[in-house]
Amino acid sequence: MTGLLEAREVSVRYGSLAALDGVDLCIHDGQRHALIGPNGAGKTTLLNVIGGSARPQRGTVRFDGRDVGRLGPAARARRGINRIHQRPAVFPTLTATENVVVAALPRVIPRRRWWPGGRRRAAQHLAGPLLDQMGLTAVAAVPAGHLAHGQRRQLEIAMALAGRPRLLLLDEPAAGLSAIEVGRLVELLQALPRAVAVLLVEHRLDLVYALSDTVTVLRDGQTLAAGTPDEIRTSPLVRQAYADGVA
Amino acid sequence: MRGEVIRRARGGIAALVLVGLVVAPWVVDDYTTSILARTLALALVGVSVALLTGVAGMPTLGQTAPYAAGAYACAVVGSRVSDVGVVQLVVAAAAGALLAALTVPLVVHARGVIVLMITLAIGELVVIVLGRWRSVTGGTDGLAGIPAVRPFWGFPALASDQARYLYALVVVATLIGVVLVLLRTRAGLVLRAGRDDETRLRASGHRVAVHLSGAHIAAGAIAGAAGSLLVVAQQYISPADFGFDTSALLLLGVVIGGTASVGGALVGAALVIAVRDWLFGVLPGHAPLVLGALFVATVYLLPTGVNRARGRLRPRDAPAHEPVAHDQATVAEAHR
Ligand SMILES: Nc1ncnc2c1ncn2[C@@H]1O[C@H](COP(=O)(O)OP(=O)(O)OP(=O)(O)O)[C@@H](O)[C@H]1O
Ligand SMILES: [Mg+2]
Repeated sequence: MTGLLEAREVSVRYGSLAALDGVDLCIHDGQRHALIGPNGAGKTTLLNVIGGSARPQRGTVRFDGRDVGRLGPAARARRGINRIHQRPAVFPTLTATENVVVAALPRVIPRRRWWPGGRRRAAQHLAGPLLDQMGLTAVAAVPAGHLAHGQRRQLEIAMALAGRPRLLLLDEPAAGLSAIEVGRLVELLQALPRAVAVLLVEHRLDLVYALSDTVTVLRDGQTLAAGTPDEIRTSPLVRQAYADGVA
Repeated sequence: MRGEVIRRARGGIAALVLVGLVVAPWVVDDYTTSILARTLALALVGVSVALLTGVAGMPTLGQTAPYAAGAYACAVVGSRVSDVGVVQLVVAAAAGALLAALTVPLVVHARGVIVLMITLAIGELVVIVLGRWRSVTGGTDGLAGIPAVRPFWGFPALASDQARYLYALVVVATLIGVVLVLLRTRAGLVLRAGRDDETRLRASGHRVAVHLSGAHIAAGAIAGAAGSLLVVAQQYISPADFGFDTSALLLLGVVIGGTASVGGALVGAALVIAVRDWLFGVLPGHAPLVLGALFVATVYLLPTGVNRARGRLRPRDAPAHEPVAHDQATVAEAHR
């Protein structure tokens, strides 16, 4: 059986620094996989390589059985790879609703394709429930630039979901959220359709253990360990790595 | 609540200005009327500049290129083929769109100040070609004696300055209306999104280069149509009508007027053109100096374009602007 996403031997160098050094990652349809590791381990770089915004010097990325190494981020998004960024990225002068509409446009297919405005209306129908799920209904008409940090992050999650992802890349979705917002986020991610695969980068291990089926630990651009949350929790290697990181 | 008041006030002002523009030719003399007609054409070019600079985030100094293409196409068609206004408009818009389409590969991959330089070069190149290609353009002498336009088949030729002015006014108002409606559609939304954050737009699966190409070609068509109005207003054109000073003035007007709104751009463009016409009278010979100063101010003031360039130089998720060090303590604690 082949995976939905298969990254093989991925290496990315920035000058003399190896941000990623021969990393393998395989994610199946609907799998919830977490990526953890200390600061600078290469987690965001790996998401960039998968999302298409960084090109690895070595290695291959296959998605849905096809080599997507030459595709840019837009083409990969249209194939079903959607992401949220470590620093929330939204369109500041557009309202929250418009943000979600724009994100939904490339993937919605209106019933009457030739009808002017049909695509936009279809996207609009999608935006309301998504904003509601993220608890953003009250600020739907507010320009995204005026939203609080946590709200912007939630908005970006709504945008990523609006793209109807098959693989959702989440770069520290809980960072900067209040306890209530984190609770809502966990609920939302647990309620995602089982077909959606998730690659979650997160520093909060309680969330990682709650949300993921499998975990990879990165350190200095290399895979330190991989396994189920329980295996990772008890792995002496991982404990050691984090102890070093904090010291 | 307040937004509603502002919207009403803006609508009221727009209506007043429109009424003023309609009665203007009966208030001022013929010469001023013809100057006003020419200003209307320039304002329409200003709309195309606003579309690119403000809405799409591509600051441009080259909209005189499709403007000239439209004007010369209209002049040639007007002298040799048809004096019907709609025909001339369509031909001029097509010529502007075609020229814009040809320059798309040069423009859509560049950003910020680089776009300014490239579009400036395109505009200057077009002026040079106009001066050299004598058999078609009449060289630096330009094309004169273009017959008066008939708006539509079966209409009389517009013999007075008033009539030609009103024709220009109707065309400009209609085209601006069309632009405003289009900006409310999906196309306008996506363009504004791209101006805000191009990387994010890509991450959502949008073909940004395609959107920008579309905007560039549409702006070319608008500028081309404006060129046909210049021909109607002056019945004479020469390369001097399409110089760098015109581009710089329009960009300045759009920046002053607030890049993001078409109405503001119109006010800004009209203001700047009026100031120029006044300055040429007051400070004969010093106009280039003043324009130079204005141009420096333009580049300096340019907010969206420069921001966009900056955003592009700093890839998102590069470590330089990572928020702050993450809390490793949380990780360690959860581990205990
Ligand atoms: N564009 C870049 N140019 C130069 N170095 C980079 C660039 N992007 C990342 N790096 C470096 O690569 C290494 C891995 O960075 P990355 O952002 O992937 O780490 P991370 O695991 O996401 O860390 P964090 O937990 O802090 O987000 C770091 O040392 C970082 O400084
Ligand atoms: Mg990171």
